[in-house]
Amino acid sequence: MISLGHLLAYDFVRNALIAGTLVAVTAGIAGYFVVLRGLSFAGHALSHVGFAGATGAVALGIPAVFGLLGFALLGAVGMGALGDRVRGRDVAIGIVLAWSLGLGVLFLSLYKGYATEAYALLFGEILGISATSVVVTAVASFIALGALALMYRPLLFTSIDPDAALARGVPVRAVAIGFMLVLGLAVATAAQVVGVLLVFALLVTPAAIAERLTATPVHAIALSVGFALAFTWGGLLLALCLPYPVSFFITTLAFAGYVSVRTLRRPVAIRVRSPHEPTAARLVSR
Amino acid sequence: MNAAVEVADAGIRFGDRWIWRHASFTIEPGSFVAIVGPNGAGKSTLLKGLLGLLPPTEGRILVQNSVPRRGDPAIGYMPQARSIEPELAIRGCDIVRFGVDGFRWGIPLPGMRERDRRKRVERAVEAVGAQGYAHRRLGSLSGGEAQRLFLAQALAGDPDLLILDEPLANLDLVNRAAITALTAAIARERGIAVLLVAHDVNGLLPYLDTLVYAANGRIAAGRPADVVTTAALSRIYDAHVEVLVDSQGRRFVVAPDPAS
Repeated sequence: MISLGHLLAYDFVRNALIAGTLVAVTAGIAGYFVVLRGLSFAGHALSHVGFAGATGAVALGIPAVFGLLGFALLGAVGMGALGDRVRGRDVAIGIVLAWSLGLGVLFLSLYKGYATEAYALLFGEILGISATSVVVTAVASFIALGALALMYRPLLFTSIDPDAALARGVPVRAVAIGFMLVLGLAVATAAQVVGVLLVFALLVTPAAIAERLTATPVHAIALSVGFALAFTWGGLLLALCLPYPVSFFITTLAFAGYVSVRTLRRPVAIRVRSPHEPTAARLVSR
Repeated sequence: MNAAVEVADAGIRFGDRWIWRHASFTIEPGSFVAIVGPNGAGKSTLLKGLLGLLPPTEGRILVQNSVPRRGDPAIGYMPQARSIEPELAIRGCDIVRFGVDGFRWGIPLPGMRERDRRKRVERAVEAVGAQGYAHRRLGSLSGGEAQRLFLAQALAGDPDLLILDEPLANLDLVNRAAITALTAAIARERGIAVLLVAHDVNGLLPYLDTLVYAANGRIAAGRPADVVTTAALSRIYDAHVEVLVDSQGRRFVVAPDPAS
């Protein structure tokens, strides 16, 4: 039987735990706003833009994490410039996503160590994360968390009621771009843990579960962080004990969490109405 | 007495096209005002001018004797209703809170000021009678309930002027009457001017003090008795709009028949 203390004696386990924890906290908080602002597909696409950057960096002999961050932030500014119009732009975002993967394939073909590097970028390799990447992840996470703390109230306001926020003096466009940059940081760091294809599991699933359990924003954010941490830590622990990839365990825990909350707490969105107000269903049945 | 709104020979131009010009009217504090006019006549442009989002190209627009600026705490604004996803983790009282400090940076810290902010949310919720459901998920509320909470948000800053963009759209008859009575009562009791954009004035007529009408590149205001007539409304909408007057002097606007 392996003890936790025994595992923590290894550098790679400590690095994975530190990076995974930072990523889970950032992705958990950012995820609440991703769901609130309807940006989950945009977040997914940003990770693919990051993939093109990461492979480009690898082809040039630079650590992948820099390319990942650089491209994800560039993509974030591009989407942020669209402002509120980024909602419902699935087609345009999907087209950028596909092209980014294509670029990534080109860059990978230019690099000789093809298969393992591609695998790590697409599906994550947290247990092989380098010390440099851990430092970069820490810096990126603290910047993202600081920005989220600064923007917290205007971000909530503009997510729900952008027109009123604008009239009330909130720089709506700047907040939108600011959040997209935070999203870029969150996506790029999360991609190192679960890979660009599986970022959804850390960025959207924990928040989506939390939103079903509570309607209070602060509680939803706390729960979202809690779930992201549980999935990451649980996945790491399972992967250390069993001969299967971490990303499989993290995504499976996330999926299991979502399925259970959907089956156990079904009717979250019942529309409770005042007795004076006829529902559409009642009107039709008359 | 100071006017709540004073518009003097104002005009707004986009490029080389005047949306409207030579607009002149005054709104007294405590009055309940409907802004009417056909689509595209410049009602939204007028609201932007009043909110300080769009300064007039010529003339002047004053709110409480000063030029309105973006984020003016003297003005409460409720935009047109937008659909809210049913599952979002946000409650009715959270959107009311936006009106208290949603525009401030940083995370609110506990203490005296936080207690004060919560009191202001409570007061605004009570003012619209939403205590029963303010703590429920916003997406689970009916259109009328959500509308009351958005109204509470606009009231939470204790404004001197309340501007409501189509607050009655998408509401059923009962809620339309309730929101109308509520906003009219707010104007009377607080002594603040309430301006609302409306397409159907029938339900508003018993409460209205003034009608501001936008049409044909002009904006003007008048008493309901003068504006709500077959001749005046037909001119504004450029269609035959009939106004019926019953034995008690109540007026009813009848929409034109597109076939005739």
